[in-house]
Amino acid sequence: MSVDHITVRKIASLARIAMTDAEVEAMAPELNNILGWIEQLGEVDTAAVEPMTAVIPNTLRLRDDAVTDGNVRDAVLKNAPQAEHGFFAVPKVIE
Amino acid sequence: MSSYHIQGTTGDWEVVIGLEVHAQVVSKSKLFSGAAASFGAEPNTQVSLVDAAMPGMLPVPNAECIRQAVRTGLAINAQINRWSRFDRKNYFYADLPQGYQISQLYHPLVGEGHLDIEADEKAGIASDKRIGVERIHVEQDAGKLMHDQHPTRSYVDLNRSGVALMEIVSRPDMASPAEAGAYLRKLRAILRYVGSCDGNMEEGSMRADVNVSVRRPGDPLGTRTETKNVNSVRFVMQAIEHEANRQVDVIESGGKIVQETRLFNPDTGTTRSMRSKEDAHDYRYFPDPDLLPLELTEAFVADCLASLPELPDAKRTRYVETLGISAYNAAVLTAEVETARWFEALLAEGAEAKQAANWVMSELFGALNRLGASIENCPVTPAQAAELLTLVTDGTLSGSLAKQVFEKMLETGDAAGVIVEREGLKQTSDTGAIEAVIAEILEKNPGQLEQYRSGKEALFGFFVGQTMKAMAGKANPQVVNDLLKKALS
Repeated sequence: MSVDHITVRKIASLARIAMTDAEVEAMAPELNNILGWIEQLGEVDTAAVEPMTAVIPNTLRLRDDAVTDGNVRDAVLKNAPQAEHGFFAVPKVIE
Repeated sequence: MSSYHIQGTTGDWEVVIGLEVHAQVVSKSKLFSGAAASFGAEPNTQVSLVDAAMPGMLPVPNAECIRQAVRTGLAINAQINRWSRFDRKNYFYADLPQGYQISQLYHPLVGEGHLDIEADEKAGIASDKRIGVERIHVEQDAGKLMHDQHPTRSYVDLNRSGVALMEIVSRPDMASPAEAGAYLRKLRAILRYVGSCDGNMEEGSMRADVNVSVRRPGDPLGTRTETKNVNSVRFVMQAIEHEANRQVDVIESGGKIVQETRLFNPDTGTTRSMRSKEDAHDYRYFPDPDLLPLELTEAFVADCLASLPELPDAKRTRYVETLGISAYNAAVLTAEVETARWFEALLAEGAEAKQAANWVMSELFGALNRLGASIENCPVTPAQAAELLTLVTDGTLSGSLAKQVFEKMLETGDAAGVIVEREGLKQTSDTGAIEAVIAEILEKNPGQLEQYRSGKEALFGFFVGQTMKAMAGKANPQVVNDLLKKALS
């Protein structure tokens, strides 16, 4: 797989990252290099190997169903560029 | 087979329907944080730094949400996957602070299952039908946007952000709006019996995405559209009806159906295209690196199974086969878990099943209807109702007196026995008193007596009516019948 400029722009747009033409120019070969390394890994036969999800044997911990958090509205809104009446206020988004 | 077809100008069309139901899991706290999951709090007060997606915050799953999803899966006879995993579904929207929703695409918690809908001639469902459920996965809800509070801003409330949802995905096994309606009602009943979702569609704790396509009988599947977030059974049925007819019109006038997302307008009963940006569906799912795979022990699954209550289908069958209740009554009494609970409390108070079923279906439902009340806020308790029914069984009250006493119970909240004593509503079987009244009535109506004796036997009812009226409805109807027959012969 080869990443061209159109693909770089699409990925950037999906991730909401602004990129100049020069940055796109530089990014395409970088991504291609990374993908090249990844493809090399594909040469190893892993058909009989379970995917490793953690380096040490570990299982997902679940918590009890109890209300232990919340009621921190000021902290939640503190970094909002704009907040009104306890809400985040954002540019109008109507479909 | 369904007889439902859309009649186009060029022939008949079949409709193929699948539903994706989002059901909010009943839990105190959110799926991945300890903030409260309840409805109706002040904006942004039930939000933790996890829900607000502050950097460095880590999700820890709520065991109860997992348990409820597994119990739901078991209730629809589904495979429970002992190994499942959470994935990130990436998109940007103002109600999603993380920039991704934690969901389960590749390895859902619950696999293949099914539920059964019953034949309903009136609705056009010819026979019982099994509807497949492809999967149930667990995911986060998004926040809420309000657009009407400010001229140029939308307001964001994250209280709902991170609340646990089950997405229940059916197979495209439904062939008419009626079948889809029956599936939704049955699914809602099961969720409420299990207690994993309150099923409240108005408050949005249950909503459906409706997939519809049309085809010529026998043809392969056509292209489908998805109508999002429809929030009542009636609206789901309307959306299907409209969307199927629209698709037939498009195809018959030479057009093609585009696979797209549509919106339902409840005011007009129609759907319209959302015209989303083309990359809206490029979600770039990948396993969430913050969460290890979810592994269930056999003991956990066994506990979930043991905790399931008797489910609607089993209850309905038991009512018919063991309690001798009619199929229709059994279906109505088991359709809502609250009704079944109330009815069983009435039986536990000693009421006889068939009598109790008839009384609940006619008298109680009639009264609730008139009062605009529901069984949850029923003005009489099962114990009070059982006392009333016992007074009928032991002959103290006739059917019509029982109606009067019940009315007074609803008005005053007093016990049936108290009302009977106070109002003197007791039925009398005193043959002397009844005979005296009958004699008086025969004397007052010589014309009718003459006609009856000359063969007009239909007048028997007239004499019964007169006697009951004279005794203010308190005479035992059986005794009146017997004594009248004697007096008239």
